[in-house]
Amino acid sequence: MRNFWSRFCRLLPLAATALLAGCHGALLHPAGPIGMAERSIIYTATGLMLVVVAPVIVLVVLVAWHYRASNTKARYEPEWSHSTRIEVVMWSIPVVIVSILGVIAWRSSHKLDPFRHIASPAQPIHVEAVAMDWKWLFIYPDLHIASVNEVAMPVGVPVVFHITSATVMNSFFIPRLGSQIYAMANMQTSDNLVASRTGTFRGISANFSGDGFSGMTFKAVSMSPADFKQWVAKASASSQHLDAAQYVALDKPSENVPVTYYSQVMPNLFEQILAGKFRSGQLLASASAPASARGSK
Amino acid sequence: MSNETLLMQNGSAALKPGYADHAADALRGLRQSGDAVDFQVEHHHDVAATIQLGFWIYLMSDCLLFSGLFATYAVLHGHTAGGPSGAQLFDLPSVLTETMFLLFSSFTCGLATLAMNANNRNATVGWLGVTFLLGAGFVTMEVREFAHMVAIGAGPSHSAFLSSFFTLVATHGLHVTCGLIFMVVMMVAVLRKGLTETNRARLNCLSLFWHFLDIIWVGVFSLVYLFGVAH
Amino acid sequence: MFGKLTLSAIPFNVPIVMGAVAFMVLCVIGVLAAITYLGKWKYLWTEWLTSVDHKKIGIMYMILAFIMLLRGFADAIMMRSQQALSYGSNMGYLPPEHFDQVFSAHGTIMIFFMAMPFIIGLMNCILPLQIGARDVAFPLLNNFSFWLTAAGAVLVNVSLAIGNFSRAGWLAYPPLSELHFSPGVGVDYYIWALQISGIGTTLTGVNFIATILKMRAPGMTMTRMPVFVWASLCASVLIVVAFPILTVTLGLLTMDRYLGMHFFTNSLGGDPMMYINLIWIWGHPEVYILILPLFGVFSEIVPTFSGKPLFGYASMVYATMAIAVLSMLVWLHHFFTMGAGPAVNAFYGITTMIIAVPTGVKIFNWIFTMYRGRVRFDTPMLWTIGFLITFTIGGMSGVLLAEPPADFVLHNSLFLIAHFHNVIIGGVVFGVFAGVSYWFPKITGFRLHEGLGKLAFWFWFVGFYVAFMPLYALGLMGATRRMDHYNVAAWHPLFIIAAVGAGIIALGIGTQVLQLVVTFVQREKLRDTTGDPWNGRTLEWSLPSPAPAYNFARIPIVRERDAYWDMKKRGVDLKGSTFVPIHMPRNKATGFIMAGCMFVTGFALVWQIWWLVIAGFAATVATLIRHAFDDDRDYHIGADEVRKSEALYDRVKAGSV
Repeated sequence: MRNFWSRFCRLLPLAATALLAGCHGALLHPAGPIGMAERSIIYTATGLMLVVVAPVIVLVVLVAWHYRASNTKARYEPEWSHSTRIEVVMWSIPVVIVSILGVIAWRSSHKLDPFRHIASPAQPIHVEAVAMDWKWLFIYPDLHIASVNEVAMPVGVPVVFHITSATVMNSFFIPRLGSQIYAMANMQTSDNLVASRTGTFRGISANFSGDGFSGMTFKAVSMSPADFKQWVAKASASSQHLDAAQYVALDKPSENVPVTYYSQVMPNLFEQILAGKFRSGQLLASASAPASARGSK
Repeated sequence: MSNETLLMQNGSAALKPGYADHAADALRGLRQSGDAVDFQVEHHHDVAATIQLGFWIYLMSDCLLFSGLFATYAVLHGHTAGGPSGAQLFDLPSVLTETMFLLFSSFTCGLATLAMNANNRNATVGWLGVTFLLGAGFVTMEVREFAHMVAIGAGPSHSAFLSSFFTLVATHGLHVTCGLIFMVVMMVAVLRKGLTETNRARLNCLSLFWHFLDIIWVGVFSLVYLFGVAH
Repeated sequence: MFGKLTLSAIPFNVPIVMGAVAFMVLCVIGVLAAITYLGKWKYLWTEWLTSVDHKKIGIMYMILAFIMLLRGFADAIMMRSQQALSYGSNMGYLPPEHFDQVFSAHGTIMIFFMAMPFIIGLMNCILPLQIGARDVAFPLLNNFSFWLTAAGAVLVNVSLAIGNFSRAGWLAYPPLSELHFSPGVGVDYYIWALQISGIGTTLTGVNFIATILKMRAPGMTMTRMPVFVWASLCASVLIVVAFPILTVTLGLLTMDRYLGMHFFTNSLGGDPMMYINLIWIWGHPEVYILILPLFGVFSEIVPTFSGKPLFGYASMVYATMAIAVLSMLVWLHHFFTMGAGPAVNAFYGITTMIIAVPTGVKIFNWIFTMYRGRVRFDTPMLWTIGFLITFTIGGMSGVLLAEPPADFVLHNSLFLIAHFHNVIIGGVVFGVFAGVSYWFPKITGFRLHEGLGKLAFWFWFVGFYVAFMPLYALGLMGATRRMDHYNVAAWHPLFIIAAVGAGIIALGIGTQVLQLVVTFVQREKLRDTTGDPWNGRTLEWSLPSPAPAYNFARIPIVRERDAYWDMKKRGVDLKGSTFVPIHMPRNKATGFIMAGCMFVTGFALVWQIWWLVIAGFAATVATLIRHAFDDDRDYHIGADEVRKSEALYDRVKAGSV
């Protein structure tokens, strides 16, 4: 047993380092206000719960140890099994904590609803994101450009993502910016994010979608307005045009796809994807009307 | 088994059998009379009542199975994907006839139970036979309805609405078919062995099952067909 | 002739799979050879496989569960080692199509074929003894339920050798699990294994509700039932309520895959969201089906090892029922990120948090049971304290995930994985081990080796923290679940630590296997002659260990909550001189044969061998009908035989044998 303990103690610093590394993690270092708000909820809720949980864990160990059988000095009441006073307290404590957490849940769910537009003096930009096997297509409908596995945004400007899937269910997620949301075929979800600093952030699918899932990452790049302008120019200059034929080619399953830019994106491409016009190997004629995940068609 | 339960301690005291709580009541009486009892040698459980309870619980689980199918139908009934809707497909008079077959079979099933309670073996089997015929008629009409729909190109693979319609109605139909097999087995059993304790318990379960399917059908008829035609 | 099945279904070219298959086949051949060599076939058939004795069925459930624990854990080791290796240019040793099967199989096996059989096994072994019954309400149905569970487990394991298993995760979300995206037989294996075992589980639920409501000893009113019985009752009700929904959900997916319907497809009006809702309407109660009986186990262990009655019995019962009801109202918290409105999300978030109230009350109850007690730290108590600490942490991360905005960033991350392993290992697995070590003497007649039991606990306890705390950190670093490869340097050391943790848990499992061997070797030394090795409080401890086939020669009359404690206190002597013949159900092969036929039907359905489907199904129905005409169902154990066996137990107790 001693041997084992010493081994455990040697592991402790390692574990501590690991947990510290966690503190430098993406979710605890958000690059935008949505992520910040979500982090503060994680902190607040954890803190509130620790007020009870930490003493409870200490109490478990202390009570068990103090009333160990060999400690004959401890009081022993072999028949005692009820105390209204204690029971009232032990129902009340979790009720109080849960009430506070419940209020937080109600308020924050509304405030941080991914569908809710972010209030900002800047005019938001719209990006249509399509989950495909196994890459992300980002369409800038107002700019007639598109990119695969890279999404650029000017810093400080809210981005409204309109999201769907050309394939199975995925989840659109840029951990350092906050909120993820599912990408589902025939349905449109939205995610409102804004970056408050420049940088390149990891974007992922957070819902398993098949063999190429691990490589289904993208770069979310927050850049200065000038850089963004350049980025748009670069994409607009791309020799690849995203027309129907090009889209069908792109729709074929592929893995670890490099960043690609498209210019002259065909109009209403996103709406047609949403309506299931391109669904390979399946009946296309009578695809049903797309629905919003919110139910309003 | 003896109808009396022996209670033992340094001799014996007799106590009526029954469930735990009855025994506890009786005990209270005994304790007051200063006659403490710590155990009993035999404890009789009412087997038929236990089977009936078990069957009820099973029916509740079956009810939840149908609730899942009803919920799915409720969500998907509008998803016709450009295909035919219920209003275009359902032939209400025919379904009403079908319904009457099943409702009436529930009535004859009740007559079979009455006959059983009157210890009339032949009448029991006879009414079960009538019930069987009515049930078989129901299933036949349903199969014909399905065959017709498939033939006109409204099979279950044409839209989510049709998938959910066929699955809900066919699941009920399969239950009825199981009930028919159950009924045949019971008719043979009653003819061979008479109205034994076991057969009575099973006949009770069969009639519960049959009435249950009737209630489910009332749900199907109103929610699927009546609403379907109304929309 | 053989549907989709050809020789190419056996993956000869995949060495890892073939190695595992060869190992499994060797184990099976070894066991079969040993039985033949020992000439035990008849004994095995008449005394075990066809047994309707709840104690033997319980033991078979737990053997199945332990074997499946080893299988599921082998999958866990593969995942942990793959993720420890596959950073950057190293792709690890499992290609995605294999890795995806591994994590799908891990989840499926651990929930359906490890955790469920363990808790149902414990319920079988102990529950009738605790209520003073001679068997469950429907003993043959019980045997059938077990074999259905076993048939499902075998089907999952057959998929390793013939064909492949699902690659769509343990809940097989469509559209990924639809034919278009998963054309192989993997999802079909998943569906039929779960359907067959699911029927077994539903029937078990029915059986235990009827048993608890109808079979209690005289005087055992509902409010005198041990808390384990209460918890099992609530879990059984949840089974009956939830499992039909699983049956429907998988049934609809089957319709899509086999008959081209459109419930959950991407086209013709199909709605995958419907599946996700339905599967979690089953799935969340399922979590409580797993944990509630173990809350019951802890509620038996803590009073026994504290030498005090359970603190706040009424609170405990109300809390258990409250959890059972609330568990039906929280399913949406599994997909806050689907895009339902904020009010819907908040509603389900809050109902989820409310579950923390009764759960918190339970933790306090256990603490106050120890308070002013005389706590003995035998192995069952060690697991319990390990549970109290670990589960509290898991509960905390669970409530955090119930805050919708926190879930928006933590959903599907390794934080979530850490959370549910925190409650499932800390709660269910520790609880099962606590229960097994507590009741082992009652079940087998001898105690488990104490030293090795404690060592195993420490390996598990430490191993759990080393394996899963890094996953919390990884989740906060934005690492999602189910990755076979990643490129983030900062994650790599954490994955390595997690793999070390899995290794420590492996030592724990190894120690447990050793513990079973050592216990068997030293069984005479560890024999429990008293029937009451822990100074127990409930009725099972009034019986000899192991309990005789008929359990109670005389049915005790219950007057207090801790019935046996009360009898010991009053000096009640359960001995007597009058014996009557005891009415018992007869062992039958019906359950085994029917489940066997259903297994064949399931296998044939997977490979679409239609003639075999029809034959298997017809054989199932024929067996059932034949059974209906079988009147030779019970017998009596003669009064003399009972007298003799009771006298033997008395002599053992007195130490003269």
